[in-house]
Amino acid sequence: MNDANNKWIGKRTIRPDGADKVTGQATFGADTTMPGMIWGKVLRSPHAHANIRSIDTSKAESLPGVKAVITSVDVTNYPLDKPVILGIQDMRWMTRNVMAREKALFHGHPVAAVAATSQKIADQACKLIEVDYEVLPWVVEIDDAIKSDAPILHEFIEFEGKPSNIAGTLEHKKGDVQTGFEEADVIVERSFTTRPVHQGYIEPHACLVSVSADGRTTIWSSSQGQFMVRAMTSMLTDIPQSSIRAIPAEIGGGFGGKTIVYLEPLATILSKKSGRPVKMVMSREEVMRASGPTSGSKSTVKMGIKKDGSIVAAQGTYYLQAGGLPGSPIRGAVGCAFAPYDIPNVHALGYDVVSNRSKVAAYRAPGAPIGAFAVECVIDEVSEAIGMDPLEVRLKNAAKEGTKAAHGPVYPRIGYYETVEAALSHPHREIPLGKLQGRGVASGFWFNAGGESSSQVNITEDGNVVVTTGHPDIGGSRASIANITAELLGIDYKRVSVLIGDTATIGYSNLTGGSRVLFASGMAVTDSTEKVIVSLKERAAKIWDIDPEAVDWEDGYARPAGANAGMFDPLSLEELAERATETGGPIGAGSQLNTAGAEGGFATHMCDVEVDVELGIVRIIRYTSFQDVGLAVHPSYVEGQMQGGAAQGIGWALNEEYIYDSEGKVDNPGFLDYRMPVCSDLPMLDTVMIEVPNPKHPQGVRGVGEVPLVPPLAAIRNAIYDALGIRFYGLPMSPPVVLEALEQREAAE
Amino acid sequence: MSDIQYLAPTTLDEAVSAYSGAKGSAHILAGGTDLLVQMRSGMVNPGLIVDIKKIEEITSVKETEDGVFVVGASVSGMELANNSNFGKTWPGVLEALNLIGSTQIQGRASLGGNLCNGSPAGDSVPALIAAEALLTVQGPNGRREIPVKEVPVSPGKTSLADNEIAVSFSFPSRPAGSADAYLRMIPRTEMDIAVVGCGVSLTIEENTCTRACVGLGAVAPKVLEVEGAAEALIGSQLDEDTIENAAEACRACCNPIDDKRGTIYYRTKVSGVLLKRAVAIAAKRAKGV
Repeated sequence: MNDANNKWIGKRTIRPDGADKVTGQATFGADTTMPGMIWGKVLRSPHAHANIRSIDTSKAESLPGVKAVITSVDVTNYPLDKPVILGIQDMRWMTRNVMAREKALFHGHPVAAVAATSQKIADQACKLIEVDYEVLPWVVEIDDAIKSDAPILHEFIEFEGKPSNIAGTLEHKKGDVQTGFEEADVIVERSFTTRPVHQGYIEPHACLVSVSADGRTTIWSSSQGQFMVRAMTSMLTDIPQSSIRAIPAEIGGGFGGKTIVYLEPLATILSKKSGRPVKMVMSREEVMRASGPTSGSKSTVKMGIKKDGSIVAAQGTYYLQAGGLPGSPIRGAVGCAFAPYDIPNVHALGYDVVSNRSKVAAYRAPGAPIGAFAVECVIDEVSEAIGMDPLEVRLKNAAKEGTKAAHGPVYPRIGYYETVEAALSHPHREIPLGKLQGRGVASGFWFNAGGESSSQVNITEDGNVVVTTGHPDIGGSRASIANITAELLGIDYKRVSVLIGDTATIGYSNLTGGSRVLFASGMAVTDSTEKVIVSLKERAAKIWDIDPEAVDWEDGYARPAGANAGMFDPLSLEELAERATETGGPIGAGSQLNTAGAEGGFATHMCDVEVDVELGIVRIIRYTSFQDVGLAVHPSYVEGQMQGGAAQGIGWALNEEYIYDSEGKVDNPGFLDYRMPVCSDLPMLDTVMIEVPNPKHPQGVRGVGEVPLVPPLAAIRNAIYDALGIRFYGLPMSPPVVLEALEQREAAE
Repeated sequence: MSDIQYLAPTTLDEAVSAYSGAKGSAHILAGGTDLLVQMRSGMVNPGLIVDIKKIEEITSVKETEDGVFVVGASVSGMELANNSNFGKTWPGVLEALNLIGSTQIQGRASLGGNLCNGSPAGDSVPALIAAEALLTVQGPNGRREIPVKEVPVSPGKTSLADNEIAVSFSFPSRPAGSADAYLRMIPRTEMDIAVVGCGVSLTIEENTCTRACVGLGAVAPKVLEVEGAAEALIGSQLDEDTIENAAEACRACCNPIDDKRGTIYYRTKVSGVLLKRAVAIAAKRAKGV
């Protein structure tokens, strides 16, 4: 498909949602209002860990203007002893995350919510709610949480036969690492830490919910999945899914963090109780205190290499923070860590650790950056130990078609090798480095995903096209789908309008996550469009009174083919639309698929840094990402994903971290002190798209959105080593940390 | 929030009388880049807001024939940057003011607001101290002039009386061979708050430093004047040892806290680094090279 004959696939078309976004017309989560609407607010725990003995809401309820007050008794309970799985979530934890039940598990954990006629009254009402807490000892960091005498968050969670904060494990094995290490000429074992980091979406969580007298519920909210919102809200309120219509707003960033609900079930219950539409909007502080970051971690990775550069054994142990309730992304850490390499003996083990912090949520390749950070740092060290270029080591050990990965699959055609080759021959590698400058490389893998998607392609009466899918667009998917539809129909891109349906107007579509949307919805839209083309050919055949098999569809026209070629004037899409009534009625087709074949994504990053050794500041001066993107249906948005991931990785590596005070409370809940990079912190983030089409997709699409966040942490750390000769083993490598390391070295000399 | 009274008088006398006569909590509104944020977050709940931006003296820049600049307390960063002469004489003060916030914030943020907010990390304050600027304030009992270095008291507190309004800053005339500079350390490159800020003003005559003043921010409960650093610099040729002594004076006067923005060790160390770099920039400017 990736050829010069394509008119629209591979073109940088103008995004359909662009004009609304740049002119401020786009409707985001907090932009919808309704007559009679009131405001919901959440009362949050002031303690990091406390039993909730009782809650007295009577004073709040009697405040004039207050229309409803709710606590956990109003939210559907899921008992602790029986898992209730929805996607990658367990509703036992979701119900306790949206509203604390037995215990408050972190500072900022919701304990009650009110709805009132103004935000000010709602705030006052929250202050009138009396919660009787039994304050408990708390624990935030992994090392403290896994000590034998640590405060236990959940007595029912047991590890090795006794109550524990280790809530689960995951293990992958291939070959025998013991034997493997015996073959190695050099073995390097290192331990690492990373801090929890927030997804940092600009738009805070927000929703408006209206429950009518007969229970029909409408939810307007910003999320990564309107069907996820419907399902979770249904399960937490006992309102059947058929009575809930979830309407997706435009989304101001999600990065995985909007794949679960926080406010929607609360607003629904408040609306049901009050009989009024209820709007809830989190403040930035609430977002930072109570919505999911990704895990902090500690890990140990050991790798054995032969002098010829072949890696013979690799072992990794990862502890990931889950927050107050189980569910850290150990699968991403353990599964992706060694996935770029063909290593005969691998053992990867992950532990899910609960502690008194907000429950983690997905963040761009969840767990994979943590897995790769340790591995890619150790590869840098083993390469140095045998005196081989780290890219050459990666090339030598690169996984290829037929390689069996430690996490299970045998790879089909993949493009990892090509990313390393491209890095080796890129001009970036030849640019001379100055004093206190260094260059580092690292690679990464992400699974990517398929799953359920629905689409509907309708031809309008005037011969244009409306495509509806069920996925919130977080990365340019509408523009890409328009490219595909225009290509298949052979018509101008501008004649295709792509919409995101709500849960009542389009069939079930799994959420926007796992880098799955263009892979899956591209398949569904292709299937629908092909059905439409069959119908168009049948209608032309009917008009011409020939066999449908004897009609071709080409460049937006039905043409008689074979023996009939040239016998009739071609019929355009407009003409066929005009004559739809006489040829069988409306033209359109839907498709509902459970897609498979989303093969993994690989990337290699190269980064140059410069260090101000007096201030400890690391500046990124040059950055190039090399990625196997399958086929770039819309190159600008593929590049945008690559750049966005690199930018987030730079923040994670250099400055972002949650800082807790002595009470177990986040001390930097805002963008001033939670330091994500700003534009001027970044150089141009260069991208090299390598197109190895996915053989299992009609257009060759591979997911591209998540793997860009996997390599940066180690690429930057390895570059700092090249600049300073100092190896860091923890993140962030912030100015005080870097300066202290420089001073220590000076003292040692 | 419906109980806030808002006044925008056009004369200083009206402003002073409204502000000093207010019952309850009155706040002065200059650019509002601190006040509005504090109101939104619930830190302050003003009963009365006196907007001083309609008062000419507070919003204008004047340059006298003998080279004294008088800058109104609520002149915005953008307006001062557009003044054709101020930045030539006081590049350090201007760069300090222009570092505050984004372009949008620069349309509002002012020297007076930055000083009266009382933050130990206010960017323009070390530069104002180094410039030996004087602040004119007016209250019910008339006007007085105070050196800027005497204004900060502790986080959020200034030496202005409850009924006094900051009117303008006066910058002394200075001989040829004078210049200033301001540098701050932030982990990012913009949109951040100073971990340490350092302002330096110098006069260099025939290769000798004849006058110097140093202001240091974010290293103590208030912005400091570092007299020891100035003493080290004055009379010297700004050689390496002299500058190291001045840096040591900066480190010695640091009394910072460990917090989310920086550690005691880091802030102390960095104060000396910034002093050296700011002296180098100011000296280069003073020599016109």
